[in-house]
Amino acid sequence: MSDKTMTAEEVVSRLESGMTLGIGGWGSRRKPMALVRALLRSRITDLTVVSYGGPDVGMLAASGRIRKLVAAFVTLDSIPLEPHYRAARERGAFELMEVDEAMFLAGLRAASHRLPFLPMRAGLGSDVMRVNPGLRTVTSPYEDGETFVAMPALRLDAALVHVNRADRLGNGQYLGPDPYFDDLFCEAAEAAYVSCEQVVDTAELTKAAPPQSLLLKRHTVTGVVETPNGAHFTSCAPDYGRDEAFQKRYATTPWPEFEARFLGGDEQAYRAAVGEES
Amino acid sequence: MSEAVAAREVTRAEYCVIACAEAWRDAGEILASPMGLIPSVGARLARRTFAPDLLLTDGEALLVGLDGTVEGWLPYRAHLDLVTTGRRHVMMGASQIDRFGNQNISCIGAWERPKRQLLGVRGAPVNTLNNPTSYWVPRHSRRVFVEKVDMVCGVGYDRAAGARFHRIPRVVSDLGVFDFATPDHSMRLASLHPGVTVEEVRDATAFELTVPDEVPETRAPSAHELRLIREVIDPANSRAREVGS
Repeated sequence: MSDKTMTAEEVVSRLESGMTLGIGGWGSRRKPMALVRALLRSRITDLTVVSYGGPDVGMLAASGRIRKLVAAFVTLDSIPLEPHYRAARERGAFELMEVDEAMFLAGLRAASHRLPFLPMRAGLGSDVMRVNPGLRTVTSPYEDGETFVAMPALRLDAALVHVNRADRLGNGQYLGPDPYFDDLFCEAAEAAYVSCEQVVDTAELTKAAPPQSLLLKRHTVTGVVETPNGAHFTSCAPDYGRDEAFQKRYATTPWPEFEARFLGGDEQAYRAAVGEES
Repeated sequence: MSEAVAAREVTRAEYCVIACAEAWRDAGEILASPMGLIPSVGARLARRTFAPDLLLTDGEALLVGLDGTVEGWLPYRAHLDLVTTGRRHVMMGASQIDRFGNQNISCIGAWERPKRQLLGVRGAPVNTLNNPTSYWVPRHSRRVFVEKVDMVCGVGYDRAAGARFHRIPRVVSDLGVFDFATPDHSMRLASLHPGVTVEEVRDATAFELTVPDEVPETRAPSAHELRLIREVIDPANSRAREVGS
């Protein structure tokens, strides 16, 4: 079986401008930030980003890489409003497909099921229908005759996710309380890249954790990247919590200054710069 | 009511807690999803008193009992699915709310290029079409209680078109409690917190509010409830930071 381990740079070399890119995690939780930082070091741009948005969206928006965003929210959790996303929206920097959290989930599910849409009540009556004029409704063929929103599949060219452990084959494991939607991102994507805190032997995965923690299956994973602290500054329970002090620094520092200070070099340089801060 | 407490001894924040708690009275065995501090204190008070079967989360992925004992697992995906079962009553915030209960937490100004970007629609559309959704507004003003919201996130009665599971039981603010018990489901003043006048509420509301001839006062907490709020649920008095006296 093939060894899928690669570097973050190799992942980025497989991505292209104009792609639709799904990013796992949720808000400021278990985001594949090392992969996002690698993306920021590249010249890839014009992306359609699909994300339960956090600082991944904020950073890509601040550096002008997003052509279109698909999201239900963008937040830093402990800081409710993502300042760089906000600024980008207020200057009209990109197109937005704003949908409800459950609609977003249905879109991922539809894509993973290879369906064109899934019906749901969410969205009806709300301005989600107004700001997404392409959204259609569908009527039940049964006696009830009820009308639903037909949430279109959110198909992805590539997915980026971060988990606690993975083996070299692409079996990925989360050890915190919430899987978020990382398996669905991988299933909805043509290619999925998983960064992890630690690459371990397959047999190690279930030594201390139950098989239910094996969230990602290798047939849905294209590449595995070992990136210790790779979700920093978002949380990656139980390996580490959110770096609140650093997140605050991110949120209050003008973007060009933050970029110059922390994103000028590679991941090692990032870690060193963060280390100097604390 | 031997346990009745004199109104002057109770803070405004404590009336707000009671008014929020009442949203879950007789709710049965459903999930209470309070967003914001005072609704959280309210839900915990309801769970400890008149709504003992409520389910509560730790704010993350776990269902927990009053002592923190984990009794279930509710990661985001399961939470979103639970919403569609209807067995939940959420109390959300509102950056804007209008006469028919349309709510906005997405942005202020034109959506295409907002004057002020806020959170986004989040789960407001799925919530309002699937389970009872109440609202909590810590500072009642014309900027929040608007004629027309800039982006409809939570669906109001005039736009719900009789959706099967749409219901907005109450809106609680620092001034009073509001509901939609009018023929056209427009907002009505249901009770005033002690010390608040009808004029004060009208001045702070940008749309025409239905005001009954007799407006009751929001009920006072019992001595037992007050003890629970002050000594057990919120001993640090965080509630006073959300609503001053």
